Amino acid sequence: MEENATVWEVFIQSKNGLAHKHAGNVHASDKVMALENARELYTRRNEGSCIWVIKSEYIVSSETEDSEAFFDPSNDKMYRHPTFYTMPEGSKHI
Amino acid sequence: MNEKYFQDRIDAEKKIEPKDWMPDDYRKHLIRQISQHAHSEIIGMQPEGNWITRAPSLRAKMILLAKVQDEAGHGLYLYSACETLGISREKLVRQLHEGKAKYSSIFNYPTLSWADMGAVGWLVDGAAIVNQVSLQRTSYGPYSRGMVKICKEESFHQRQGYEIMAEMAKGTAEQKAMAQDALNRFWWPSIMMFGPQDSDSPRTGNAMKWKIKRQTNDALRQDFIDKTVGQAEVIGLTIPDPDLKWNEVRQSYDFGEMNWDEFWSVVNGNGPCNKQRLAHHKKAHDQGKWVRDAAKAYAKKQELVAN
Amino acid sequence: MSSLFTYTLRIADSSLILGQRMSEWCSNGPTLEEDIAMSNISLDMFGQANGFYQYAAQLDGTKSADELAFRRNEREFFNHQLVEQENRDFGTTMVRNFLHDVFNFLFYTELSKSKDETLSALASKSLKEVKYHLRHSSNWLVRLGDGTGESNTKVQDALKELWMYTGELFEMDNLDTELLNNGIAVDNSALKSEWDSIVNKTLVKAKLTRPEDAYMATGGKKGLHTEYLGFILSEMQFLQRAYPDAKW
Repeated sequence: MEENATVWEVFIQSKNGLAHKHAGNVHASDKVMALENARELYTRRNEGSCIWVIKSEYIVSSETEDSEAFFDPSNDKMYRHPTFYTMPEGSKHI
Repeated sequence: MNEKYFQDRIDAEKKIEPKDWMPDDYRKHLIRQISQHAHSEIIGMQPEGNWITRAPSLRAKMILLAKVQDEAGHGLYLYSACETLGISREKLVRQLHEGKAKYSSIFNYPTLSWADMGAVGWLVDGAAIVNQVSLQRTSYGPYSRGMVKICKEESFHQRQGYEIMAEMAKGTAEQKAMAQDALNRFWWPSIMMFGPQDSDSPRTGNAMKWKIKRQTNDALRQDFIDKTVGQAEVIGLTIPDPDLKWNEVRQSYDFGEMNWDEFWSVVNGNGPCNKQRLAHHKKAHDQGKWVRDAAKAYAKKQELVAN
Repeated sequence: MSSLFTYTLRIADSSLILGQRMSEWCSNGPTLEEDIAMSNISLDMFGQANGFYQYAAQLDGTKSADELAFRRNEREFFNHQLVEQENRDFGTTMVRNFLHDVFNFLFYTELSKSKDETLSALASKSLKEVKYHLRHSSNWLVRLGDGTGESNTKVQDALKELWMYTGELFEMDNLDTELLNNGIAVDNSALKSEWDSIVNKTLVKAKLTRPEDAYMATGGKKGLHTEYLGFILSEMQFLQRAYPDAKW
């Protein structure tokens, strides 16, 4: 039985200056091929200015079960958001 | 507990993601549906691929090739979505070859003239788009995101088909006859693409409850027919259904009986091209094996050098 | 028929026929990703062909680009014989494309300096695409040459078989020379040493042996072809020929 191909995650920067965004994945046996396959599949309509590929096995993800522990603690730290603060009436450019 | 939490999330229109807990049957249903969808895109390349080398102008050649290429891309997006459920693309392809996985029966009909490229784009893609637009709201995150991307890219597919039909319908007498013939052959198989009537569709219950499917087969079919009838009129072609009639009360078209014997016969492997389509796919896959093996061997050697 | 018209047609014909060959791969690729890659190459070739045919049609003044592509006979096609050779298998296709891509890369680099502004612009646009094609075919040549024993044998055999079609790429006839003297055409013969150097380097990397230069086929510029072209055209031109009054 044929062994499975290596899966690579693809991140595309759509325009210079923007962040790379996850686009999907491709199969490829080596990194050069992964980059080329990503180009063929995910930039057929002018979507890209730069591509990153990384073997899927290297992605580490948080677990759904952990999501409360991971993300809820930041809920009550509203002082990290600019809207938390009261500015004097009439003040500008702040 | 899990089951209740899961259903609550579904009911609250939350997306289910790969790492979330899900009932086994939900996973199985998704694998079956997404892989069938992926295989349909891939097998669907063949009936249109059949005409790429014979396309009648440079423009037509490029459009058709780009469209069939999109189908390969869409198959790939869908295999990706399916892989997030813990099954490899290799295994999915094996299931296809072993006859354990199905693909849409529409692709078991032959494409016999250039007008069929019009009919396939206009009707088959048109029907697929109605279904896919609805599936953008499916509950499984990767499937939903795949659908969003596919719908965005497919918007030109139906238009290019309709353009071919429109051009041929106003062309020479021979061209118009070809266009009408293509419509005659593809109309009924296209509206049967939505699957059995709701009363005969055993899996619809769970699929609706889990919001994998968002609209029933019959609702989607009606939507497609209502959209398409006017388009046929505009280009002067006749839909081959004597019972087709506007129903003032329902604000929809009534239509004739579909031939379900033929539908099930094609689903069960007796369509004009079932064997041919699968043999074509297997052959390409088998003939590519030495290439895939070589690429893997090369990659291993490179890794050794790098380490 | 002006020399410039014929010169432009020759370029268009090679692009069209290679595009046609590559489009035969659609739904037959060794992987889905590669299927998509080959369609992209084919689309680039058709786009190039279209550009050069449009220009030829403009120079001719009586025929459209489509008429040039779909209403000429085998003896009126001027493509390189290399590009009409069968795909056979993925390895053969990559070898054929590689040999032609190296030529195209050098050819378009020079043609982009042509005094004829349209040719120069078309060449610059094509060059970007051809650079990518060359990358693609070179990478595959190396993977297959340095992959398994089986893959090495396959591409080595293909290389031996196709080698005889490479001589033609560098030929110069009177028409080429006339246009070269006007600063319009490329000196094909001058591309040979650079072609040799790129090909040799890649073959070493791919663990492949360069075949001996022996008999070289010739004739494309005169409309003489291998038997394959007739079949390519009869398939490609079928609708235009069967329904001469129809518009598509």
